[in-house]
Amino acid sequence: MPSPSSPLLEVTSAGLYCAAGDFFVDPWRRVERAVITHAHADHARSGCGRYLCASPGKPVLRTRMGGNAVIDTVRYGEPTTINGVTVSLHPAGHVLGSAQVRLEHKGETWVVTGDYKLAADPTCAPFEPVACDVFITESTFGLPVYRWPDPASVAAEINAWWLANRDAGRTSVILAYALGKAQRIAALLDPAIGPIVAHGAVMKLVEAYRASGVKLPPIDRVPPRARRVGGGRALVIAPPSVLGTPWLKMFGESSIAVASGWMTVRGVRRRRNVAAGFVISDHADFPGLLEAVRASGAGRVLVTHGFADVLARYLRERGLDAAPLVTRFTGEAADGADDGAADDEEP
Amino acid sequence: MQDFTDLYWRLDGTTKTQEKVTALADFFAAATAADAAAAVGVLCGARQLRVVSTRQLRQWVAEETGLPDWLVEDSYAHVGDLAETLALLLPEADPAAAALPSPGLAETLATTIHGLRGASDDRKREVVTATWRRLAPRERIVWHKLVTGGLRVGVSRTLVARALAGLAGLEPAVMTHRLMGLAGGGLDAEGFGKLLDPETAADDRRPYPFFLASPLEETEPATVATALGDLADWQAEWKWDGMRAQIVRRGDDATIWSRGEELVNEAFPELVAAAEALPAGTVLDGELLAVSAAEAGPLTLLGFAALSKRAGRRRVPKKILAEIPSVFVAYDLLEQAGEDLRSRPLAERRQRLETLVPDCFAAVLDRGGEAAAPRLFTSPLVDGDSWAALAARRQESRARGVEGLMLKRRSSPYRTGRVRGDWWKWKIEPLEIDAVLLYAQAGHGRRAGLHSDYTLGVWDGERLVTIAKAYSGLDDAEIVEIDRIVRATTLERHGPVRICEPTLVMQLAFEGVSASKRHKAGLAVRFPRIVRWRRDKTPADAGTLDDLRRML
Repeated sequence: MPSPSSPLLEVTSAGLYCAAGDFFVDPWRRVERAVITHAHADHARSGCGRYLCASPGKPVLRTRMGGNAVIDTVRYGEPTTINGVTVSLHPAGHVLGSAQVRLEHKGETWVVTGDYKLAADPTCAPFEPVACDVFITESTFGLPVYRWPDPASVAAEINAWWLANRDAGRTSVILAYALGKAQRIAALLDPAIGPIVAHGAVMKLVEAYRASGVKLPPIDRVPPRARRVGGGRALVIAPPSVLGTPWLKMFGESSIAVASGWMTVRGVRRRRNVAAGFVISDHADFPGLLEAVRASGAGRVLVTHGFADVLARYLRERGLDAAPLVTRFTGEAADGADDGAADDEEP
Repeated sequence: MQDFTDLYWRLDGTTKTQEKVTALADFFAAATAADAAAAVGVLCGARQLRVVSTRQLRQWVAEETGLPDWLVEDSYAHVGDLAETLALLLPEADPAAAALPSPGLAETLATTIHGLRGASDDRKREVVTATWRRLAPRERIVWHKLVTGGLRVGVSRTLVARALAGLAGLEPAVMTHRLMGLAGGGLDAEGFGKLLDPETAADDRRPYPFFLASPLEETEPATVATALGDLADWQAEWKWDGMRAQIVRRGDDATIWSRGEELVNEAFPELVAAAEALPAGTVLDGELLAVSAAEAGPLTLLGFAALSKRAGRRRVPKKILAEIPSVFVAYDLLEQAGEDLRSRPLAERRQRLETLVPDCFAAVLDRGGEAAAPRLFTSPLVDGDSWAALAARRQESRARGVEGLMLKRRSSPYRTGRVRGDWWKWKIEPLEIDAVLLYAQAGHGRRAGLHSDYTLGVWDGERLVTIAKAYSGLDDAEIVEIDRIVRATTLERHGPVRICEPTLVMQLAFEGVSASKRHKAGLAVRFPRIVRWRRDKTPADAGTLDDLRRML
């Protein structure tokens, strides 16, 4: 049972630390040993001695951490031991290779979710509930106003928008986080409407996804210094950082949309000042967070990045031992790049 | 309701005037006369009946969703729009109820708003929850705004007039005049028919559309001279700190209309009596002002705050009538002997005004005391034989309790709306102080979820005391940046309010300082707004309470 004197995981200046196993989960500083939930920049920092990730996530992590990084992998659900602590990784449904980290030591089980979603996503393995004593959950969208529409209906909206633009001779530009969201959207598109092209930052990860066996429709890279790309028919997938840059000019007349969970709120949609906003997120919505907490069966819940105070209080009122846990994970950037971290700019 | 909802979102989705006019015209062409009439009322800002309080709506949403009250409040603080927050929190519409034919705007207003007047809370709740079940979230937002009387559409009356004028084949100016005086509500299907009928005669009591002045960007005499040319072409008046209004004296009675086109007769009974003494067929444009009571010594101006204690009232108690007497200071004559004078030059209108209303307000102010007798005055002209001389007079403004000068071209007609070129307000420069950001709260609308509402303070010895709340003055990028700093430097959170470590200094502008028992600092600043973010300053450089006291 959890003993308050020596928690299995604690927050140190370098990150979430497991003293018993002498390793970190998603450290924010360079450390000797890092277990990685997924490759987004606020969870995976370069320069660590060794990385451990779920095997489907290796090509993506490799793209991000560089060719020299030492990356060990385990299959989902396969236990491994680090200094006497049993560690296993379980699908989190966030992006390709994303994992919840399960730690077991002296009969006590902890789970760190990293980022996760319960909604369907053709580009990664679905979230699997893992029973535990202590559940460390994200809370990016931890307010009850966040309740995602069915992804299939959002896909239909996106395709209808693209079709209408195509018929009006306008290029469609959809802004989505380069790792995960971009590929998920690509998989939802109807390639019969027109050509799909992508920004270089997105392409790099499209290739990593393909290398991992994820099926995506044909996508062309936008050539550097190109002009008149797409001819008013194409759908362009680009990271949000291109908004307001000359890069967008090469598409001529275009309609720009943002794909993010934040698009639920009209004020945020208006502030982004784009033609359309599609509500699609790789994070759990409020009901999803509650469902994940419930399914874990945990009696103690620690809530990280997002609406940590709110979710912890709500869970406490429902009889759980819950508290916010201060980390350096982000994911609250409604005005930043996306609902992931702001690392969409690839060199 | 569906059609009106579509119109609302079409208007919301564009900033282009022509697209808005087209959306309005499409709606009016397709709507029934009853729905069109209801929409005109809503779009023109008719005061809406409020039968359900926002508190009740929040409570019922909490009960329907099983969410605790605090979580509804936290959600609201994040979303920044109550109607939207509640729409998002409620469960999906019931498909069976949603499939029924959607009643139009007029019927929706009748059954879910007007029909609930005087109903029990249980009955109100029953109707509200039944309506929730049949409306989609996008409809709920619009409906919530209607029920709570808070519907604001980004569309001016001029655009509504343009759309309707196009439909009726009338001049927009004629339609704008026909739309006047609708703020009290009450346009019905028959009234809408009359609105579009070319044969309809002008309403007896309707005011004229107001001509609005534009702010003069130049402030120095030399630049003002360059911009406006020969002083002889201009008439200068004080810019009063009151309420713009028209007195319409036609037929047997007199009506007083605010700029928001509300009939304010009940709030100013003594002025109605005075206006009735005017000859029939007279329309005056001018300012309602609050003055000190006659017994209290020389007559002085009390300012807008005092006036607003009266403005919204249906009945003014004797005590307030005695403590805050009002006067009407006329500066334009729009109609005389039933003739519309608006196309005549200002010089001629002014001359006629002085004959019609012989008492000049300057005489009263300078003489002191005798406010009791006449209640209608002409607004005095401000003399100066050069722009420099006029600029010097402008410096008297603060001492006189006025906001600066109005400059009006002598040859100008009385135009409609805010047309630049002929009427300028040359306001005095605001007072300023550097203040430290102490608390921040998330904003609304476009600034939802961003900490954009700030409470600022200055030094009182060793500690910082709050002096003002300010919402505006920074650009979007600065607000996003400050939002990050606020989040990173939060010391404490009290609901939606964050108490921050004092690090940010803002240059704060305001119109005046007055003693106040309500504020900890013992004084209050009027109309505070942020001029700029002083990145070059630290809290130690901020102003002090003594600096403010010197501006009292």
